[in-house]
Amino acid sequence: MDLISEERLSGMNPVEKVRFIIDEVKKDKVLVLEKGLTPDEEANLIEMTMTKIQPDGFSGIEMESYPAQSGNSIINKLFNKGGHRTRLTIIGPANQLKTLKKDRDLITTLLSSKE
Amino acid sequence: MSPIKLFKNNFRDFFKKLFKKKKNARIGIYGPPNAGKTTLANRILRDWTGDAMGPVSHIEHETRSARRREGVTIKTNGHSIGLDVIDTPGLATKIDFHNFMDYEMEEDEAKRRAKEATEGVIEAVKWLDDLDGIILVMDATQDPFTQVNVTVIGNMEARKLPLLIVSNKVDMPEASPNTIMNAFPQHPMVSISALEGNNIDTLYQEIAKTFG
Ligand SMILES: Nc1nc2c(ncn2[C@@H]2O[C@H](COP(=O)(O)OP(=O)(O)O)[C@@H](O)[C@H]2O)c(=O)[nH]1
Ligand SMILES: [Mg+2]
Repeated sequence: MDLISEERLSGMNPVEKVRFIIDEVKKDKVLVLEKGLTPDEEANLIEMTMTKIQPDGFSGIEMESYPAQSGNSIINKLFNKGGHRTRLTIIGPANQLKTLKKDRDLITTLLSSKE
Repeated sequence: MSPIKLFKNNFRDFFKKLFKKKKNARIGIYGPPNAGKTTLANRILRDWTGDAMGPVSHIEHETRSARRREGVTIKTNGHSIGLDVIDTPGLATKIDFHNFMDYEMEEDEAKRRAKEATEGVIEAVKWLDDLDGIILVMDATQDPFTQVNVTVIGNMEARKLPLLIVSNKVDMPEASPNTIMNAFPQHPMVSISALEGNNIDTLYQEIAKTFG
């Protein structure tokens, strides 16, 4: 399992980020992203995942993040570009990472080694 | 051009402008597989146009390509709103053809369906760029905090587009619309049964309010 710092991803453009994540996950790595992805990057990651799915091979990803905090206060609007702050995110191969429970403030996952 | 013809043309243009229809709002129906998106699309179309959108099934990913119906006019409380309704395959992060084989499908057929399902999800992602708003359908008997819900809501918030959450299947005893309301309190929500029609008039009022 790799813990990916904010800095590691911030140097990449959105396409590079999505490609990096897919490549790692296809190597059976589970990634924890300190900063998460923007909603647009999440959508692109889903799209790219779909193009990589193969019967008897890669069956997709499991991804869990917390809902973005969209504060409506003036302070929030001033400091986080439109009030959106991306959050801690875990991404892994669908056959190894299972979400057991997800709540507003707690994500419980089960990590298994490859069968 | 003769003065009379000129006058006629101007007259026609004037009326065209006066009665020019407001552009329809393009509304995409999103949500996890089996939440009841097509059931809802069919009900909206049946109530306001008389026809249906597409087939419904208990098997996931029955809708594998988006269907669009233009010019659906919904009238509530004297207000009227024109919609282009897009029933999408919805989003998923994983698709395993083995799941289709649980429904007594041959392996080839299951693989073909899985492939089409991946293409359907890609289409649903692409539609996100081309909408004026979203109806996000959730199954009220299921956990609402799924990643696809979080991703769809995040995309609408980032684009500053209106979103209406439909908590569906409230006809089932284990439905818990309050869980959905507590999960995403920042967006309007209506509890309905797309199948039985419970509370459907409230939904139409809320659609007019949210997208009008
Ligand atoms: N009990 C109940 N079942 C529903 C309701 N809406 C849809 N369903 C069922 O849920 C399954 C999936 O419906 P469908 O519209 O194909 O879901 P979609 O994948 O989101 O388009 C079908 O078996 C429907 O009959 C509802 O309001 N109540
Ligand atoms: Mg459908």
